[in-house]
Amino acid sequence: MAEIISLSYDVPGDDFTRAGEASSNMKKLLKKLGVSQEAIRRAAIAMYEGEINMVIHANGGVIDVKVDEDKIIMVLKDTGPGIPDIELAMTEGYSTAPDNVRTLGFGAGMGLPNMKKYTDEMTVDSTVGVGTTVTMVVNL
Amino acid sequence: MTVADIIKLLNATVICGEEYVQREVHNACGSDMMSDVLAYVKDQSVLLTGLVNPQVIRTADMMDMVCVVFVRGKEPDAAMIELANERHLVLLKTDCRMFSACGILYSSGLSGGTD
Repeated sequence: MAEIISLSYDVPGDDFTRAGEASSNMKKLLKKLGVSQEAIRRAAIAMYEGEINMVIHANGGVIDVKVDEDKIIMVLKDTGPGIPDIELAMTEGYSTAPDNVRTLGFGAGMGLPNMKKYTDEMTVDSTVGVGTTVTMVVNL
Repeated sequence: MTVADIIKLLNATVICGEEYVQREVHNACGSDMMSDVLAYVKDQSVLLTGLVNPQVIRTADMMDMVCVVFVRGKEPDAAMIELANERHLVLLKTDCRMFSACGILYSSGLSGGTD
Protein backbone atom coordinates (compact mmCIF):
# COMPACT_ATOMS: atom_id res chain seq x y z
CA MET A 1 0.00 0.00 0.00
CA ALA A 2 1.15 3.51 -0.71
CA GLU A 3 2.27 5.54 2.25
CA ILE A 4 -0.04 8.49 2.64
CA ILE A 5 1.69 10.35 5.40
CA SER A 6 4.72 10.10 7.65
CA LEU A 7 5.32 12.15 10.79
CA SER A 8 7.93 12.40 13.49
CA TYR A 9 7.46 13.91 16.94
CA ASP A 10 10.06 14.74 19.56
CA VAL A 11 8.70 14.07 23.02
CA PRO A 12 10.40 16.28 25.61
CA GLY A 13 11.17 14.36 28.79
CA ASP A 14 11.38 17.16 31.29
CA ASP A 15 7.89 18.62 31.20
CA PHE A 16 4.92 16.52 32.25
CA THR A 17 2.50 19.33 31.42
CA ARG A 18 3.43 19.02 27.73
CA ALA A 19 3.01 15.25 27.61
CA GLY A 20 0.28 14.46 25.11
CA GLU A 21 1.04 17.25 22.66
CA ALA A 22 2.28 14.80 20.03
CA SER A 23 -0.79 12.56 20.40
CA SER A 24 -3.08 15.54 20.25
CA ASN A 25 -1.40 16.77 17.05
CA MET A 26 -1.66 13.33 15.48
CA LYS A 27 -5.33 13.15 16.41
CA LYS A 28 -6.02 16.46 14.65
CA LEU A 29 -4.15 15.33 11.57
CA LEU A 30 -6.00 12.00 11.36
CA LYS A 31 -9.26 13.92 11.50
CA LYS A 32 -8.14 16.04 8.55
CA LEU A 33 -7.24 12.87 6.64
CA GLY A 34 -10.78 11.63 7.14
CA VAL A 35 -9.88 8.57 9.23
CA SER A 36 -12.87 7.05 11.09
CA GLN A 37 -13.56 8.45 14.56
CA GLU A 38 -13.21 5.04 16.20
CA ALA A 39 -9.76 4.39 14.67
CA ILE A 40 -8.65 7.91 15.58
CA ARG A 41 -9.71 7.46 19.16
CA ARG A 42 -7.98 4.09 19.53
CA ALA A 43 -4.75 5.34 17.96
CA ALA A 44 -4.79 8.59 19.94
CA ILE A 45 -5.38 6.90 23.31
CA ALA A 46 -2.69 4.27 22.67
CA MET A 47 -0.16 6.88 21.58
CA TYR A 48 -1.08 9.17 24.48
CA GLU A 49 -0.46 6.38 26.99
CA GLY A 50 2.86 5.63 25.30
CA GLU A 51 3.81 9.28 25.30
CA ILE A 52 3.03 9.57 29.02
CA ASN A 53 5.19 6.48 29.64
CA MET A 54 8.08 8.02 27.72
CA VAL A 55 7.91 11.15 29.87
CA ILE A 56 7.49 9.28 33.18
CA HIS A 57 10.07 6.57 32.65
CA ALA A 58 12.47 7.42 29.86
CA ASN A 59 13.07 11.18 29.78
CA GLY A 60 11.22 11.50 26.50
CA GLY A 61 11.99 10.08 23.07
CA VAL A 62 10.81 10.11 19.48
CA ILE A 63 7.49 8.96 17.99
CA ASP A 64 7.22 8.15 14.30
CA VAL A 65 3.76 7.77 12.81
CA LYS A 66 2.97 6.39 9.37
CA VAL A 67 -0.49 6.30 7.91
CA ASP A 68 -1.22 4.31 4.79
CA GLU A 69 -4.46 3.25 3.17
CA ASP A 70 -5.24 0.48 5.60
CA LYS A 71 -3.38 1.14 8.85
CA ILE A 72 -1.78 3.57 11.28
CA ILE A 73 1.68 2.53 12.50
CA MET A 74 3.13 4.24 15.57
CA VAL A 75 6.72 3.62 16.64
CA LEU A 76 7.70 5.02 20.04
CA LYS A 77 11.43 4.93 20.67
CA ASP A 78 13.28 5.99 23.79
CA THR A 79 16.77 5.61 25.23
CA GLY A 80 15.51 5.21 28.80
CA PRO A 81 16.29 2.52 31.38
CA GLY A 82 14.53 -0.29 29.48
CA ILE A 83 11.99 -2.81 30.82
CA PRO A 84 13.58 -5.79 32.65
CA ASP A 85 10.46 -7.98 32.54
CA ILE A 86 8.07 -7.10 29.72
CA GLU A 87 5.49 -9.74 30.69
CA LEU A 88 5.30 -8.30 34.21
CA ALA A 89 5.09 -4.75 32.84
CA MET A 90 2.10 -5.85 30.72
CA THR A 91 0.17 -6.93 33.85
CA GLU A 92 -2.73 -4.62 34.67
CA GLY A 93 -2.02 -2.73 37.88
CA TYR A 94 1.75 -3.34 37.90
CA SER A 95 3.56 -0.01 38.01
CA THR A 96 7.06 1.25 38.68
CA ALA A 97 6.02 4.90 38.38
CA PRO A 98 7.10 7.15 41.26
CA ASP A 99 4.44 8.34 43.73
CA ASN A 100 4.48 11.91 42.43
CA VAL A 101 3.18 10.60 39.08
CA ARG A 102 0.15 9.11 40.83
CA THR A 103 -0.76 12.52 42.22
CA LEU A 104 -0.91 13.65 38.58
CA GLY A 105 -3.49 11.00 37.72
CA PHE A 106 -1.20 8.39 36.17
CA GLY A 107 0.92 5.46 37.31
CA ALA A 108 -1.91 2.99 37.87
CA GLY A 109 -0.18 0.30 35.86
CA MET A 110 -2.66 0.55 33.03
CA GLY A 111 -0.48 2.14 30.35
CA LEU A 112 0.97 -0.84 28.47
CA PRO A 113 -2.14 -3.07 28.89
CA ASN A 114 -4.26 -0.20 27.66
CA MET A 115 -2.01 0.35 24.63
CA LYS A 116 -2.40 -3.32 23.74
CA LYS A 117 -6.15 -3.19 24.24
CA TYR A 118 -6.68 -0.25 21.89
CA THR A 119 -4.41 -1.44 19.06
CA ASP A 120 -4.58 -4.35 16.65
CA GLU A 121 -0.90 -5.22 17.01
CA MET A 122 1.70 -4.21 19.55
CA THR A 123 5.30 -5.27 20.04
CA VAL A 124 7.64 -4.14 22.83
CA ASP A 125 11.35 -4.41 22.21
CA SER A 126 13.41 -3.40 25.22
CA THR A 127 16.98 -3.75 26.45
CA VAL A 128 17.88 -2.72 29.99
CA GLY A 129 20.23 0.24 29.94
CA VAL A 130 19.69 0.84 26.21
CA GLY A 131 16.03 1.76 25.72
CA THR A 132 12.60 0.66 24.59
CA THR A 133 10.83 0.64 21.24
CA VAL A 134 7.08 0.08 21.17
CA THR A 135 5.44 -0.50 17.79
CA MET A 136 1.67 -0.27 17.55
CA VAL A 137 -0.66 -0.78 14.60
CA VAL A 138 -4.28 0.29 14.28
CA ASN A 139 -6.03 -1.15 11.24
CA LEU A 140 -8.29 1.16 9.27
CA MET B 1 -29.61 15.79 29.09
CA THR B 2 -27.52 18.73 27.95
CA VAL B 3 -24.49 20.43 29.50
CA ALA B 4 -26.88 23.25 30.44
CA ASP B 5 -28.87 20.75 32.55
CA ILE B 6 -25.67 19.73 34.36
CA ILE B 7 -24.97 23.38 35.13
CA LYS B 8 -28.39 23.72 36.75
CA LEU B 9 -28.27 20.41 38.62
CA LEU B 10 -24.81 20.99 40.12
CA ASN B 11 -25.21 24.75 40.50
CA ALA B 12 -22.05 24.88 38.41
CA THR B 13 -20.15 27.81 36.95
CA VAL B 14 -19.07 27.82 33.31
CA ILE B 15 -15.31 28.40 33.07
CA CYS B 16 -15.16 28.19 29.30
CA GLY B 17 -17.06 26.77 26.34
CA GLU B 18 -20.31 28.66 27.00
CA GLU B 19 -21.20 28.30 23.31
CA TYR B 20 -21.33 24.49 23.59
CA VAL B 21 -23.66 24.13 26.60
CA GLN B 22 -26.58 22.92 24.47
CA ARG B 23 -24.65 19.78 23.50
CA GLU B 24 -26.30 16.50 24.42
CA VAL B 25 -24.58 14.20 26.90
CA HIS B 26 -25.66 10.68 27.80
CA ASN B 27 -22.88 9.08 29.84
CA ALA B 28 -20.40 10.26 32.43
CA CYS B 29 -17.55 9.03 34.59
CA GLY B 30 -16.00 10.33 37.79
CA SER B 31 -12.32 9.77 38.51
CA ASP B 32 -9.14 11.44 39.69
CA MET B 33 -7.12 8.72 37.98
CA MET B 34 -6.68 9.54 34.30
CA SER B 35 -5.18 6.07 33.73
CA ASP B 36 -8.53 4.57 34.70
CA VAL B 37 -10.47 6.99 32.54
CA LEU B 38 -8.35 5.95 29.55
CA ALA B 39 -8.67 2.27 30.41
CA TYR B 40 -12.33 1.82 31.20
CA VAL B 41 -14.29 4.63 29.67
CA LYS B 42 -16.22 4.18 26.47
CA ASP B 43 -18.43 6.81 24.89
CA GLN B 44 -18.72 8.85 28.06
CA SER B 45 -19.09 12.50 27.28
CA VAL B 46 -18.66 14.02 30.74
CA LEU B 47 -15.70 13.66 33.10
CA LEU B 48 -16.10 14.64 36.75
CA THR B 49 -12.79 15.05 38.54
CA GLY B 50 -11.04 16.68 41.46
CA LEU B 51 -7.69 16.53 39.66
CA VAL B 52 -6.37 19.77 38.23
CA ASN B 53 -3.61 19.53 35.64
CA PRO B 54 -3.36 19.76 31.83
CA GLN B 55 -3.53 15.97 31.48
CA VAL B 56 -7.19 16.12 32.53
CA ILE B 57 -7.95 18.21 29.44
CA ARG B 58 -5.79 16.01 27.22
CA THR B 59 -7.48 12.87 28.53
CA ALA B 60 -10.93 14.34 27.87
CA ASP B 61 -9.78 15.34 24.39
CA MET B 62 -8.43 11.86 23.60
CA MET B 63 -11.76 10.35 24.69
CA ASP B 64 -13.79 12.81 22.55
CA MET B 65 -15.58 14.10 25.62
CA VAL B 66 -17.81 17.17 25.62
CA CYS B 67 -17.48 18.49 29.15
CA VAL B 68 -15.22 18.34 32.23
CA VAL B 69 -16.68 19.15 35.65
CA PHE B 70 -14.24 20.11 38.40
CA VAL B 71 -15.71 19.12 41.76
CA ARG B 72 -15.03 20.50 45.25
CA GLY B 73 -14.58 24.00 43.82
CA LYS B 74 -11.32 23.16 42.05
CA GLU B 75 -10.12 25.74 39.54
CA PRO B 76 -8.20 25.01 36.33
CA ASP B 77 -5.36 27.39 35.47
CA ALA B 78 -5.08 29.61 32.39
CA ALA B 79 -3.08 27.03 30.40
CA MET B 80 -5.77 24.39 30.96
CA ILE B 81 -8.51 26.81 29.92
CA GLU B 82 -6.61 27.68 26.74
CA LEU B 83 -6.18 23.98 25.95
CA ALA B 84 -9.90 23.37 26.53
CA ASN B 85 -10.84 26.29 24.29
CA GLU B 86 -8.69 24.86 21.48
CA ARG B 87 -10.45 21.49 21.90
CA HIS B 88 -13.97 23.02 22.09
CA LEU B 89 -14.48 21.52 25.53
CA VAL B 90 -16.82 22.94 28.15
CA LEU B 91 -15.19 23.34 31.57
CA LEU B 92 -17.46 23.64 34.61
CA LYS B 93 -16.79 23.94 38.32
CA THR B 94 -19.06 23.05 41.18
CA ASP B 95 -18.73 23.16 44.95
CA CYS B 96 -20.33 19.69 45.12
CA ARG B 97 -18.05 16.87 46.21
CA MET B 98 -17.38 14.01 43.81
CA PHE B 99 -19.83 11.51 45.33
CA SER B 100 -22.67 14.03 45.53
CA ALA B 101 -22.06 15.40 42.04
CA CYS B 102 -22.06 11.91 40.51
CA GLY B 103 -25.16 10.94 42.51
CA ILE B 104 -27.12 14.01 41.47
CA LEU B 105 -26.34 13.46 37.77
CA TYR B 106 -26.96 9.71 37.92
CA SER B 107 -30.33 10.10 39.62
CA SER B 108 -31.25 12.70 37.01
CA GLY B 109 -30.75 10.24 34.17
CA LEU B 110 -27.10 10.47 33.18
CA SER B 111 -25.76 6.93 32.95
CA GLY B 112 -22.37 5.44 33.73
CA GLY B 113 -22.20 4.00 30.22
CA THR B 114 -21.64 0.43 29.18
CA ASP B 115 -19.07 -1.87 30.75
